[in-house]
Amino acid sequence: MQKNLTGKTILILAILAVFTFLAFGVPTSWNAQGIGAGMLNPIKVAGVSLREGIHLGLDLRGGSHFVLEVEVADALNASTDNDVARVETDFTKAGIKGAVVGKTDAAKHPELITISGISPDKIGAARDVLTGVTYSNIYDLSSNPDGSFSLTMKPGEVARIEDHAFQQSIETIRSRVDTLGVSEPVIQEYGLGKYEILVELPGVDDPARVKDIIQQTARLEIHQVVGEPYASESAALQALGSIPPDEELLHSADITQGANAADEVYLVKRVAEVGGSDIRDAEPSKDSTSGMPDVVFYLTAAAGDRFYDFTKANIGNKLAVVLENKVKEAAVIRDAIRDQGNITGGFTQQTASDLSMLLRTGALPASIHYLEERTVGPSLGADSIRQGVISAMAGMAAVMVFMLIYYRGSGINADLALFLNLIILLGFMGFTGSTLTLPGIAGVILTIGMGVDSNVLIFERIREEIRAGKVAATAVEQGFGHAWLTIIDTHVTTIVSAIILFMFGSGPVKGFAVTLSFGLFANLFTAVFVSRTIFDALLNKRDRGAALSI
Amino acid sequence: MEFFRNVNVDWLGKKWYFLGFSLIFSVSGLFSIFFWHHIPQGVDFKGGTKVYVQFSSTPDVQAVRHALDAAGLHDAEIQQISAGPLNSKSNEEVIGLPQSQTSEAALDAGRAAITQALASGYPQNPINPSQTQVEVVGPQVGKQLQVQALKATLYSLAGMLVYLWFRFELIYGAAAVVAVFHDTLITVGAFSLTNQEITLTVIAAILTLIGYSMNDTIVVFDRIRENLRTQRRDTLSDVVNRSINQTLSRTVLTSGLTFLTVLSLYLFGGEVLHGFSFALVVGILIGTYSSIAVAAPMLVAYQNWRAARGKAAVLPAGKKK
Repeated sequence: MQKNLTGKTILILAILAVFTFLAFGVPTSWNAQGIGAGMLNPIKVAGVSLREGIHLGLDLRGGSHFVLEVEVADALNASTDNDVARVETDFTKAGIKGAVVGKTDAAKHPELITISGISPDKIGAARDVLTGVTYSNIYDLSSNPDGSFSLTMKPGEVARIEDHAFQQSIETIRSRVDTLGVSEPVIQEYGLGKYEILVELPGVDDPARVKDIIQQTARLEIHQVVGEPYASESAALQALGSIPPDEELLHSADITQGANAADEVYLVKRVAEVGGSDIRDAEPSKDSTSGMPDVVFYLTAAAGDRFYDFTKANIGNKLAVVLENKVKEAAVIRDAIRDQGNITGGFTQQTASDLSMLLRTGALPASIHYLEERTVGPSLGADSIRQGVISAMAGMAAVMVFMLIYYRGSGINADLALFLNLIILLGFMGFTGSTLTLPGIAGVILTIGMGVDSNVLIFERIREEIRAGKVAATAVEQGFGHAWLTIIDTHVTTIVSAIILFMFGSGPVKGFAVTLSFGLFANLFTAVFVSRTIFDALLNKRDRGAALSI
Repeated sequence: MEFFRNVNVDWLGKKWYFLGFSLIFSVSGLFSIFFWHHIPQGVDFKGGTKVYVQFSSTPDVQAVRHALDAAGLHDAEIQQISAGPLNSKSNEEVIGLPQSQTSEAALDAGRAAITQALASGYPQNPINPSQTQVEVVGPQVGKQLQVQALKATLYSLAGMLVYLWFRFELIYGAAAVVAVFHDTLITVGAFSLTNQEITLTVIAAILTLIGYSMNDTIVVFDRIRENLRTQRRDTLSDVVNRSINQTLSRTVLTSGLTFLTVLSLYLFGGEVLHGFSFALVVGILIGTYSSIAVAAPMLVAYQNWRAARGKAAVLPAGKKK
C-alpha cells in the first residue's frame, strides 16, 4: 500500500519555512549580526531576531504599567458650567432680570442646572428662551411648582461628553508620553472598568516624574476676580454670608501640601474667560524684571478676540490665572490684552519647561487618578527571561529524551513534531506581533506538555493495535484514527478554556491564553498531520509486514 | 520499553478508599479556607502595595523590620525569598503593605515610603533600584479583578460542560465538571493550607489545570464510550475498569511528562512563577487522580442509581462520533 506523500511533504516543508521566517526573519539580521560580531553565531542571531519579532511584555523587559481612571464628571461639569453662563447671557438679552442660574449639587449631579428667582411676569419669556433650539437639543426642561426651572442634560448627550472626554484624555496622555521620548508605549482603553486607561511604559523603572506629568490636568483658565482676596476660606464665608451660584472660591496655595503655605482665597466668576482649549502655544521664558523662569502662553485667534473684548471692557478689574484649580497669579487689567499672557511664580527651569509642554499638548478634559501601578526593574525582567527559558528548555529536553528511550524509533518522530510545534508557535507570535509575557513562557511549556500528550495517545494506541496482531501499516492507520477523536475532544476543551481566559483575563493572563491557544492549534497540525506523514513515509520504504520501532 | 502492559486493576472496587482520600483533602482544604488561613489573596485581589527589593547582601529581616517600624510602617509584611530550592536565603525580599496604608489617592506613597524607610533605616545594605519590582493595586481594581477571576473560572467550567454534553451525554459532562471542581477545590485548599497567596497568574494556572484534568477525564470517557459500543454484554463496571486500565499507560506517561516540565518550572522558574508552578504541580497530581477516582466512579454510581429507580440500567453509550 504505497501512498503518495509528495504533496504532504511539500506542504509541511513550506509551512516549516514560512514559520521559521516569521519567527526569525532571516536575511537582515544575518548580515548585521555577522559583520558586527565578526563571525556568525547562529544562536545569537536567532535570539536577536526573535527579540525583534516578538514583543516582550513588561514583566520580561522591565518597565511601568498603570491603570488610571478618568473622572469624566469633570468634563460634564465644565460643559454645564458653560451653559450656565450662556443661560445668563440669553436671559440678559431677553430682559429677564434677577434670575439665579446655577448648579445646586455639582458633585453628584453635574448634569443638572436649576434656574430660580424669576419674577412671575417673566416666566413665559424665560420658558421661551429655555425651549429654544440651543437648549432643547441638549437638555430636558421641567418646570417646578415654585416657578423655577430645571435643565437636565439628556442621557445621550451625557454619554457623548463623557466618551469624548475619555477619548481626548487618551490622546492627550499619548502626546505627553510621546514628548517624553518613551519608546513603544501602550496607551489604550482598559476593558475592566468604565473610563479606565492602560498605560505601559517599557524601560521606565522610576516612573515618579512620568506619572506626575501624566496626571496633571494642566487646565489653565483665566477667571474674573470679584472683590479683594480673603485670608482663608472661613474668613471669606464670614464676609460673604453665602457664595452666589455663579461664583466660587479658589485658593492660591496647594492646600493639600500643608497648612503653613501662604494662602489667599479669591472669589472668582465660576465661568472662565479663557479655557484650556483656547491655548495655542506655550514656551518657557524668563521674567523681564526678575529674571526668574516663567511660562508664556498664546491664545488662539478666536479666544484672543474674545479676550480682547473682555479686557477692554474690564480695565481696572482683576483677573486670576488659574492652573489646576489654584490661583497662580492675580493681577489688575491695565490695558486690553489680545492673545498673550504669562505665568510667573515659583518655577524652576524644569517645572517651567514641563508646564509649557503640558500646555502645548493640551489640557486633560477631566482629572485622572491612578488605580493600579506595577513596575518591574529591567534586570529583574532579564532574570525572569533566563529562568523561564532555562526551565522551558530543561523540561523540553527531559521530555524529548524520555520519548526517545520509551518509543525508540518513533520517539524521533514525536521529537520532530514537538520541535516543529515550537517553531510554528514562535512564528505565529512573531507574525501577529503578540507580546510574550512570563506566563506566556509558561504557556509554551504547557503547549509542549499537550504536544507530548497527543503523541503518547497515538503511540499507545498504535502499540495496542500491534499487540492485537495487526500489521504496522494498519496499526498506524487505526491508531491515528482512534486517537484523533480523543485529541479533538481534549484540544477543544482546552481551547474553550483558553478563549474564556482571553476574554476575561487581563495583561499577563491574556498573554498566557494567547500562547496556549496558538500552541494547541499548532499541535493539532504537528502531532496528527506531520507525525502521520512521517510514519507513512517510513512505512512506504518497507515491506508490508516489517516491524515498527515503537 | 513499556511500563504498563495488560494491567488489570479493579479501580471501581477501591472507590471507598478514593472517596475517603478525596474527602480528607477537600475537607482539610475547606477547613483551612473557612477557619484557618482563609484564601490568602495577593495584592492583585485584595489591593495594597507589594515591593520586591534586592539588597546588596543578604538582609537581616529584623533590621528591615526595624527600619520600616521607624518609618511608621508597622503592618508591613516582610518575606525573605529563597534563591532556589537548594539554597535557603538570597538577597531578595518582598515587602507588602496592606490596603489600609495605601489609598487610591496616593497609590505611589507605599512604594516611596518603603524605599525611603529602607534607605534611612538600613543604609548599610542599600537596595538595587534596577532589580526592584512594585505592584500597587487600588481597592477598585482589586474588586474588578476578583469578579473577573471568578467569572473566568465559572464560565470555563460551563463552556466545558456544554461541550461534553454535546459530544457525549449530560452525565459525562456533569461527572467531568464535578471531578474538575474537586481538583480546583483541593488546589485552592493547598494554597490555603500552605498560606501561599493567590494571584492573577495562579488563577491562570488553575484554569490551565482545569483544562488538563478535563483532558485526562475525556481520554478515559472516550474509551468508555468506545468500549460500551463494542462490548455490550459486559457490565458497566467491567467496561469502566477496562477503559481505565487500557488508558492507564497514556495517563501515567502524559501526567508524568507534564509533571516533569512543571516541576522544572517550579524548581528553576524563579520567584515570580512560584505560585503558578505550585498550582500546576499540585493540580496535575490531583487532576490525574480525579479522572480515575472521581469521574469514572460517578458514571457507575449514576447507573446504579438509575437501576435502583427501575429505569434503563445501561449508561447511554454517548452520541455518535
